[in-house]
Amino acid sequence: MKTSFTLNGQAASLDLDPRTTLLDALREQLSLKGSKKGCDHGQCGACTVLVNGRRINACLSLAVTHEGDEITTVEGLGTSETLHPVQAAFLEHDAFQCGYCTPGQICSTIGMLKEAADGWASLATADLTADTVLSDEEIRERMSGNLCRCSAYPQILAAIRSAGGLA
Amino acid sequence: MKPFTYERPKDVTSALAMMAEVPGARFLAGGTNLVDLMKLQIEQPTQLVDVSRLPLGEIEETPGGGLRLGAVTTNSQVAADLRVRARYPALAQAILSGASGQLRNKATTAGNLLQRTRCAYFYDTTKPCNKRQPGAGCAAIGGIYANTAVFGASEACIATHPSDMAVAMSALDAQVEIASQDGQSRSLALEDLHRLPGETPHIETNLQPGEMITAVVLPPPAPGGQIYRKARERASYAFAIGSVAVVGGRVALGAVAHKPWRAKVAEQALAGGASPAEAMAAEMAGAQADGHNDFKLKLMARLGAACLTTTGAGDDQ
Repeated sequence: MKTSFTLNGQAASLDLDPRTTLLDALREQLSLKGSKKGCDHGQCGACTVLVNGRRINACLSLAVTHEGDEITTVEGLGTSETLHPVQAAFLEHDAFQCGYCTPGQICSTIGMLKEAADGWASLATADLTADTVLSDEEIRERMSGNLCRCSAYPQILAAIRSAGGLA
Repeated sequence: MKPFTYERPKDVTSALAMMAEVPGARFLAGGTNLVDLMKLQIEQPTQLVDVSRLPLGEIEETPGGGLRLGAVTTNSQVAADLRVRARYPALAQAILSGASGQLRNKATTAGNLLQRTRCAYFYDTTKPCNKRQPGAGCAAIGGIYANTAVFGASEACIATHPSDMAVAMSALDAQVEIASQDGQSRSLALEDLHRLPGETPHIETNLQPGEMITAVVLPPPAPGGQIYRKARERASYAFAIGSVAVVGGRVALGAVAHKPWRAKVAEQALAGGASPAEAMAAEMAGAQADGHNDFKLKLMARLGAACLTTTGAGDDQ
């Protein structure tokens, strides 16, 4: 099935078996291996990408459903010379050990900071009608969909705090 | 994953027609549960009818002073809506209690209602399950598994409905709007959408063939405090092992039955002047545990009483 979307700012057209997940299309057909397959069941967040600016699990989304969407993967965030501020913050704060979850953590962070900037509440928000303040508790709750088996959580938290201008 | 055809209808009428023309067709909205189950071959649709882009993605005021949530509004969209947060805080809390940020960005209102159980034996295709294969038997009964029903279970099934959102909607007396292929529409109380398992646990809702959910309508909330609280095995991103929604004097319990469990015994006791603890004790007197899930009896009594105390339900009786 013919499917076209914008991938990291470039037009992409694919002929897909409808069973192909967005994650498999990115990794196996478009050779973008940054988005990782951890659990393949929406439980780990390693496959997190941005679709129309919002973070989703690419492993649970069929690629054919993304006709016309704007998709951003970790490859589309910055270059080796000019890192995205969230990438720079992860480096600065040593927010990884093995690095497998990192692309998902970074894409998720960018999506999460946008959600917070848009005033979305979380379960850690005591007053649902108040302005969003990204406390450590808020960041932990909002990032709970991204697991890190090396348990680099304190550094990830520090990186996000820094990237969000909160440090 | 088994092969299927993929269709993207333009409107509800064509969506219903596409569902009718292929036996085994299923609606696809966010897909966060269905695609997962297709990978496991627990779901094997022959055709997917992608309803995610139908014009059912708006949140609108109703003439009666409530809100109408389109069927494919996302969980994130509903939880972020300022009207929902101000007037239906229990619903916002319930949605934000569920899944992760990524999943809530995809998962939809109707899809959340129609998600399947997370019973471990439903997911384990090496074990019998009456939901997967009617008549096969239930490995969860007598199995090593604690997150099972204590209300309304049957000899065929002790699975629970996993939604947080639906529990709050139950306490809010939500109505489900349903369109059918013959062009008719009807409204069903959320309370009546899901079924108890009985002898047919594979039939989970009272939707008929040829019908689809188009919206959930929230009436103006009952006066009084609101809260949703959830007990789970880790601090975030886990299904409930028990949850409570309170809206005024209305109480619904989650992860205790095949459907959101409206605690009518507790509500009547509260209306009669019972304390929160007495009301929940009366409700839980009707529960039946099977060993592994014994903990739910005390958990729900305490969680329910705490919620009712926090909101002050019954204080003015």
